Amino acid sequence: MVNNNNQKTGWFSSGTPWVWISAGAVSISLVMVFGLLLLIAVRGLGYFWPADVVAMDYIERDGTEIRLMGEQRETELVPLERLLDAGYQLQDHAGDVERHLLKTGNRDLYGMDFRSVIEPAVSNRTVPDGVIVIERYEWGNFYGFLKSVKENGVVVADGEAARAALAQSLERSLALHEEIKQIEKSDIGAINYQLERLRLKTRKLELSNSLDPQREQAIAAERAEAQQRYQVLQKKLNDLYAEINRDSLLATVADGREIEIPLAKVVRVYRPNEMGVADKLPHYLSKVWEFVSDEPREANTEGGIFPAIFGTVLMVILMAILVTPFGVVAAIYLREYAKQGPVTRVIRIAVNNLAGVPSVVYGVFGLGFFVYFLGGNLDALFFPEAAPAPTFGTPGILWSSLTLAILTLPVVIVATEEGLSRIPRAVREGSLALGATKAETLWRIVIPMASPALMTGLILAVARAAGEVAPLMLVGVVKLAPSMPLDGNFPFLHLDRKFMHLGFHIYDVGFQSPNVEAARPLVYATALLLVVVIVVLNLAAISIRNRLRTKYQAV
Amino acid sequence: MNDRSEKRHAIDMSALGRSNAGLNLENEEIAISVNALKLFYGDKQAINGVDMQIPKNRVTAFIGPSGCGKSTLLRCFNRMNDLIDGCRVEGEVTIEGENIYGKGVNVVDLRRRVGMVFQKPNPFPKSIYENVAYGLRLQGIKDRRVLDEVIERSLKGAALWDEVKDRLNESGMGLSGGQQQRLVIARAIAVEPHVLLLDEPASALDPISTLKLEELIYELKSKYTIVIVTHNMQQAARVSDYTAFMFMGDQVEFSDTDTLFTNPSEKRTEDYITGRYG
Repeated sequence: MVNNNNQKTGWFSSGTPWVWISAGAVSISLVMVFGLLLLIAVRGLGYFWPADVVAMDYIERDGTEIRLMGEQRETELVPLERLLDAGYQLQDHAGDVERHLLKTGNRDLYGMDFRSVIEPAVSNRTVPDGVIVIERYEWGNFYGFLKSVKENGVVVADGEAARAALAQSLERSLALHEEIKQIEKSDIGAINYQLERLRLKTRKLELSNSLDPQREQAIAAERAEAQQRYQVLQKKLNDLYAEINRDSLLATVADGREIEIPLAKVVRVYRPNEMGVADKLPHYLSKVWEFVSDEPREANTEGGIFPAIFGTVLMVILMAILVTPFGVVAAIYLREYAKQGPVTRVIRIAVNNLAGVPSVVYGVFGLGFFVYFLGGNLDALFFPEAAPAPTFGTPGILWSSLTLAILTLPVVIVATEEGLSRIPRAVREGSLALGATKAETLWRIVIPMASPALMTGLILAVARAAGEVAPLMLVGVVKLAPSMPLDGNFPFLHLDRKFMHLGFHIYDVGFQSPNVEAARPLVYATALLLVVVIVVLNLAAISIRNRLRTKYQAV
Repeated sequence: MNDRSEKRHAIDMSALGRSNAGLNLENEEIAISVNALKLFYGDKQAINGVDMQIPKNRVTAFIGPSGCGKSTLLRCFNRMNDLIDGCRVEGEVTIEGENIYGKGVNVVDLRRRVGMVFQKPNPFPKSIYENVAYGLRLQGIKDRRVLDEVIERSLKGAALWDEVKDRLNESGMGLSGGQQQRLVIARAIAVEPHVLLLDEPASALDPISTLKLEELIYELKSKYTIVIVTHNMQQAARVSDYTAFMFMGDQVEFSDTDTLFTNPSEKRTEDYITGRYG
């Protein structure tokens, strides 16, 4: 007994339990991190897989029988009582009931994309051949059967022949659509931008009372020339629209109703029930690619999120460009030049505490100071011609980057200070002893050697800034930005524009979407993408840091 | 006089194989002249009024127990102590006729004339080439030909050229400790100082590197006035022409090395070199 007791204390004092506890904490953290990534990856990436379309007979609550068709998305068990309360006729049933979420699409017919069905009311479940799924620019997906293809309202192909005719017509209409998009987005966009600039120029000249007839004429000529180009493009556009509206298709839905869908509204057509894995995989990859490379459609529930990715990355890069010099210079002063004493200590405490201020507070500050005060004064001084429309006196990407730069400034200052304090005195003295001034020593020796630490600060800053949403909602993020902050129109980088952001996109799709069921997988997919973007940004910064480390390896 | 023959000497000068016989401070040209130098760290006095004449183109060693102020005194010669908060200097140090603590002294220019090598090798995290070129680049020299020439001369002067001539673009941090210390010396002599201060330059080196360094010091003295601080009395005896013994912030004795080690005039010196304390 005594011996046993000794063994116990021996085991305890040997530190083994401590090793187990600490190792356990590490493994739980790892499991949680990987679990989180796995969850959002599975939920998010599964969304793009083309599921089979099932058809079924279904008895509704009121006893009417209808035929439904759609993708079965989720299944859950629901207690019987709840369904009885909801009015389902299930008196002869016992136990929990399976309820499925069926994506029936055809919002133009049913008024909704999703409906839930309970298993006992389902009969005749089949996976019918010949089902087509049509992704549309409006009204969401269509599920049904192809009947015929029309040109100018006249049926040109029917039955089996319709299939080939549809493929052909679709190819044509997609090419036309691409052309229209090109003209509308960039060509006409550029002309509009030019016209707006001309308007502002005229207004500016008017304001400064230097609008003489000669200048007026020159501007008018330029405007006329732009108008003429616009007319040409508009005419071409009209022709293209006429062309693209030529074809349409007739299709029937599960309950036999027939609808006509103009091909101009079709994004893609596929037949999931006839596709093997080898066919589904390319389709899946093209959907994923569309998600990361395309613009959003239908209130952000369809299409891609490229503008949000782009906006996030650009904003973070701008933030890094702004915060680095500022933070580094501040840290250099604090560590190298300021007399160490109570004042610097208070400043350090203040800086550290700034890192703990809730981010939305920075957003409020950014809105009050940057947007209204700074932006408002900038507008009054430099852009009076645009008044009353604000140029910089409204939320935009510059103010967002600045706000986040302030938010991440403490991290950069603290990390840089750490790095500076770690440079051995011997090296500084070596430089000074060769006749270098303090500033020369700093720039040639100390800062290069401290640069890896600086990068560490920047990595932390980037990680924090990329994930921040709350302040951005006040200073520049929007749900849908009509144009990106970087484009082909001079001066290319438009710092005054609003932008889209992945974090805000998650919030918007998750909470503000009119189509909750459709948006849910997108929340996961967008979250996954946000994580990927942050990881990529961090890896880039880490690789730079490692290069700096080998270059300026410490003593 | 009988006493004297019984004395135990820490260093047998004749065994070192060289002699400083015939040296006399009277005959020397003086490079550094220290006049009533006092130094305070805050309220604490570290040097209590030192007067000293350091001869030109000779090696002068400072010895003494830890904390006696020998490094502090050395760092007064290029005003390295200015960097320490609360450090205050009184008195005069005249180098080449100029009181370096006088008004309007250009410290940067002073440090260019008075080079320094530190206890621990402190190469910059740059290539060997750029390490040596550092001082020259500070002076605005950009001409590659001039730089190449000076760097070769300096590395040869520091007896490092043969070991590194094929890898001048590799990092100076990759060299061994002894090589690093010679690189630092090359860096110091590249700007052609008149005085070279060595602050325990061999304390972080192995015996073979130390030997090489000592040989180098012996060669360098024809061109430079060298002041070396060392803990190692053997080393002081081997490399120096003159030796100062310091104790508790005082200069106890200053004379040619032979005399100091074989025939010290002060009791404290004798006690120290025979190992009775310190």
